[in-house]
Amino acid sequence: MPGDTPLVQFVNIQKSYDGEILVVKDLNLDVAEGEFLTMLGPSGSGKTTCLLMLAGFEPATYGEIYLKGKAINKVPPHKRGIGMVFQNYALFPHMTVSENLAFPLEVRNIDKSERETRVKRALDMVQLGTFGDRRPAQLSGGQQQRVAVARSLVFDPDLVLMDEPLGALDKNLREQMQYEIKHIHENLGLTVVYVTHDQSEALTMSNRIAVFDDGIIQQCAPPQVLYEEPDNAFCANFIGENNRFLGKVIEDYGDTVKVEIDNNAGTIIAKKVKVEGVGVRCTLSLRPERVTVNPEPGALPNIFSGVAEELIYLGDHIRTRFTVCGHDDFIVKIPNSADHAHLKQGDTVNIGWTAEDCRALDPSD
Amino acid sequence: MAIAEAQNEVITTADGVPLKISLKKALWQRKKTALLLVAPLFFFVLITFLIPIFDMLLRSVDNSIVAEQFPTVVVEIRNWELNSTELPDEATFQALFKDFKAGAIEKTISRLGRRLNYELSGMSSLFRKTARKIKKVETPESATETMIALDKKWGKLETWRLIKRESGKYTSSYYLSAVDAKKTSDGSISMKDEDRQIYLGLFWRTIKLSTAITLLTIILGYPIAYLMATVKTKTSNLLIILVLLPFWTSLLVRTSAWIALLQKEGVINDILVAIGVLSDDGRLAMIHNETGTIIAMTHILLPFMVLPLFSVMKTIPPSYVRAARSMGATPFTAFRRVYLPNTIAGIGAGGILVFILAIGYYITPALVGGTKGTLISNFIAHHISSSLNWGLAAALGAILLALVLILYILYDKIVGISNMRLG
Amino acid sequence: MNKIFKQALLAVATTTIVVAAQAETTLVIVSWGGAYTMSQQRAYHDPYMALNPDIKIVNDDSSSEGASKLRAMVEAGNVTWDLLDAEAPAAITLCDEGLVEEIDFDTVLDPAPDGTPASVDFGESIVSPCFIPQIAYSTTLGYRSDIFDVEPTKMADLFDLKKFPGKRALEKRPDPNLEWALIADGVPVKDVYKVLDTEAGVKRAFAKLDTIKDQVIWWTKGSQPMQLLSDGEVAFGSAYNGRLFQAIVVDKQPIKMLWDAQAIQLDGWVVPKGAPNKAEVMKYLRFASDTQRNADQAKYISYGPLRASSAKLVGKHADLGIDMAPHMPTAPENMKGAFFFDFLWWADNKDDLTERFEAWLAKG
Ligand SMILES: Nc1ncnc2c1ncn2[C@@H]1O[C@H](COP(=O)(O)OP(=O)(O)O)[C@@H](O)[C@H]1O
Ligand SMILES: [Mg+2]
Repeated sequence: MPGDTPLVQFVNIQKSYDGEILVVKDLNLDVAEGEFLTMLGPSGSGKTTCLLMLAGFEPATYGEIYLKGKAINKVPPHKRGIGMVFQNYALFPHMTVSENLAFPLEVRNIDKSERETRVKRALDMVQLGTFGDRRPAQLSGGQQQRVAVARSLVFDPDLVLMDEPLGALDKNLREQMQYEIKHIHENLGLTVVYVTHDQSEALTMSNRIAVFDDGIIQQCAPPQVLYEEPDNAFCANFIGENNRFLGKVIEDYGDTVKVEIDNNAGTIIAKKVKVEGVGVRCTLSLRPERVTVNPEPGALPNIFSGVAEELIYLGDHIRTRFTVCGHDDFIVKIPNSADHAHLKQGDTVNIGWTAEDCRALDPSD
Repeated sequence: MAIAEAQNEVITTADGVPLKISLKKALWQRKKTALLLVAPLFFFVLITFLIPIFDMLLRSVDNSIVAEQFPTVVVEIRNWELNSTELPDEATFQALFKDFKAGAIEKTISRLGRRLNYELSGMSSLFRKTARKIKKVETPESATETMIALDKKWGKLETWRLIKRESGKYTSSYYLSAVDAKKTSDGSISMKDEDRQIYLGLFWRTIKLSTAITLLTIILGYPIAYLMATVKTKTSNLLIILVLLPFWTSLLVRTSAWIALLQKEGVINDILVAIGVLSDDGRLAMIHNETGTIIAMTHILLPFMVLPLFSVMKTIPPSYVRAARSMGATPFTAFRRVYLPNTIAGIGAGGILVFILAIGYYITPALVGGTKGTLISNFIAHHISSSLNWGLAAALGAILLALVLILYILYDKIVGISNMRLG
Repeated sequence: MNKIFKQALLAVATTTIVVAAQAETTLVIVSWGGAYTMSQQRAYHDPYMALNPDIKIVNDDSSSEGASKLRAMVEAGNVTWDLLDAEAPAAITLCDEGLVEEIDFDTVLDPAPDGTPASVDFGESIVSPCFIPQIAYSTTLGYRSDIFDVEPTKMADLFDLKKFPGKRALEKRPDPNLEWALIADGVPVKDVYKVLDTEAGVKRAFAKLDTIKDQVIWWTKGSQPMQLLSDGEVAFGSAYNGRLFQAIVVDKQPIKMLWDAQAIQLDGWVVPKGAPNKAEVMKYLRFASDTQRNADQAKYISYGPLRASSAKLVGKHADLGIDMAPHMPTAPENMKGAFFFDFLWWADNKDDLTERFEAWLAKG
């Protein structure tokens, strides 16, 4: 339940480690109470740095971070009451699982019996009830991960930070853990700031995703908005699969624009999202699942003939690579429905899409 | 029935050879390679380490010199009782005369004198004096009278009891000496006179100083190692060079530097007097005593503490302390409960290394330790190269070896040898 | 091609030269190092090598551990020394133990210029059949001349901490410290060894040493007391008279020396049993011990030659041009109060007293 003031506020945060490069450039971000916010971005984009600043392990070079409305720049980490799960779990190797879990309670001087009940509850929560006496080294990666999550929650923090907690797990385990963490978040009503570079993980788990690139938040929005209405070429490209055309706006119709693809490969009508007027260069972005094969002639504003170069059978759909408008990397996902077109390699067919689904964005690179 | 058969059935490889045998064959190849790889080192260690240690242990009980120099005496003296109140019979004296004269002509007898002098002072000079005179004496009617005439000590029961006691092939006397004990003339064991006791005190001092040095290297080395493990590689390389600097200067340069620094008229005293901390006649004695040994050895052994600590600390991710802090631990608690326990292996390895090196060090204490700062190893070196009492040196060395082994066992019990990290 | 050929030729030529150089005999002579070895180099080695180009002499400064090292070498069956410069007591014990050669003095050594046989010319300084005497030296006291209002005059002052406070540097061995302790305690010089031969005497000597024990820095190498004296680290230091001569007369340090109760000792050559070049070293010995050579050494260091016939030849210092005779320990002026070290007594009692001395020291 989002409260009135955001739980966390980054205001004009800048960060440099060496005095030469800004790793975080003017970060402004609010995290509402109860929210699951993910920072998503390629490696080196400054996500961990943001978490460390929030947790108090790195000072912000400029700007102010607020927790529950209070500036916390001068509050030492141990007084911030923020739980944290680290990339490599950071379980204390010299303590048993139970001792690891009891640690935050001990330093808070919580008495022994209370400690034991809470440790037991936390262990049960992550289904490791019988593993209390083991050392971290005697657990599998997934089990260690659960202990790390349990440990970050055992002292009931309002806010939990997780820095790529699933990065070291294999695919199946990772997906399972995504749901577990998601459920814990929902059941406990936690606020989570989550860091990952895996876009599908971000889409699965988050209420909102902040896409980072080069120290800047490119877009911060709920998953479906981010996927369906990316604000710029980076987001469109980074999240989900995406066909791209580079070109130049030749006509502006208000809601839509007409774009001429480079090398005179044709013109496309697209939704005007982030282009300003006639003559500017832009990127067109089109999701593979939004392309229709063999459309009714004239039913769609954009219809081109394409040659099927490669077909990959993936069960629920057939991934087909076409050459269209001079691009030989145009991907179309043909659903494996009862009446879908059965193509062969080398077939020439018409394909088309709406102006709404093709977004005209900034000219990226 | 069927189950029993299945259990007895031998699993074979495709060619019908039992699996176990095939596996052994396959593994034997690997073992052979491993053995070949280890062989050169094994022989090297055998020749340069194990055999010398065995030889040392043997020497610490070896007493064959007595039977070599007194071949007839050791046979004759069997008829004489240790608690007898009379001198041995004429036959024994005849044997003494014969063996002694032969040894004097061969010029080997004084070595026996030196050997017996370890047990009873005056023996060396008795043997030397007698050897000089006996060469001119012909085989006598009464060897008893002749020998006593040569030196009246031959007429003393004490002398004969000593010879009787030490006539065996092996002796425990070196070990007794090494712990300041002796056999009295009636064969029982007692402590030596107060003014002849050395080694127990020295062992104690050695352990005390080595412990102090080990603690000092931990106190001084820990922060440096921490710094090295947490700063940029470039800076930490520079720090390593600084730490290793003592290794790159010759011992003599270092020693002169310490002397210049620490002596009464040295730099430190001069500065303290100049700024008024000390009065001119209250200058501190920091060299030629225990302080000198501790300062110099701490300096030399510091790298042996810093490097293992550094290598352990480098493997501790910063996230451990961060995790502890995020869970509410103050910096000190995070250090005490999380960082420190994870460096125990380094402290243990460094500590054991420094301690063992310290109890075996002798050059530095000899140079800067004066008499109060010398350690047991200085005496081992003294007995090996000056007094040539190799038996005693070996016994002292064996005790030191035992101390080290006990230390290892304790360490293994407490920390576990497999946790040791040396760099 | 041509260049490579030339290089090869050069390499062959060099090897040949090296091989040729190795064909000469190398004599390893062990001595005390420093100024003392230098005096032997200039008085004996250099002239001998000039006369015998096929002989090369290498110095080894191990004499301070000579006896024990030689024992260890013999034990290991690998003697590498040709000649050892040793003090008389060490020579006596080594001879007793059969580790050094006995010498037939009159056939091996040259007579004096007037025909006096070597055994007579060396006279009483032949203290062992293995010992070829060389020089007399003394162990005596040096003191800082700049710290006392009244300067010390006698051995007893070494033990007087009230009148002469400060650290003392003494050699880390029982002799001649025990003798000095007794002399300082009032034992007449002539009775020293009689007293020391009794248990009570030894106890008395140690008791006297106890009175200054915590003020003593013990030295093991001849250069150490000189360093300590020069640094002002000690007020007194026992030292060899030749080193004191060097520091006082040559280097002009603020140091003076006491001749009182100087312990006159003898130093000479012994030939190790199994010396690798025995025949050659005997020829060298004949040269180095002749009357002129024995006197020559005194041109470089203030130690007295032991041939009666050499004594008259002692002249001036080779570099400073000063008269050396008054700086010799045996100069009549310096002999008042001096005592002769009893070599035989020490040869017999050294093992015993060294052990007691070490124990006494370790009591700290
Ligand atoms: N301690 C540090 N010192 C200097 N530079 C750092 C440090 N930590 C991170 N950086 C740099 O800051 C940038 C952002 O790093 P980080 O926040 O770890 O990125 P992410 O977590 O998104 O992969 C990177 O270029 C990285 O090299
Ligand atoms: Mg990161």
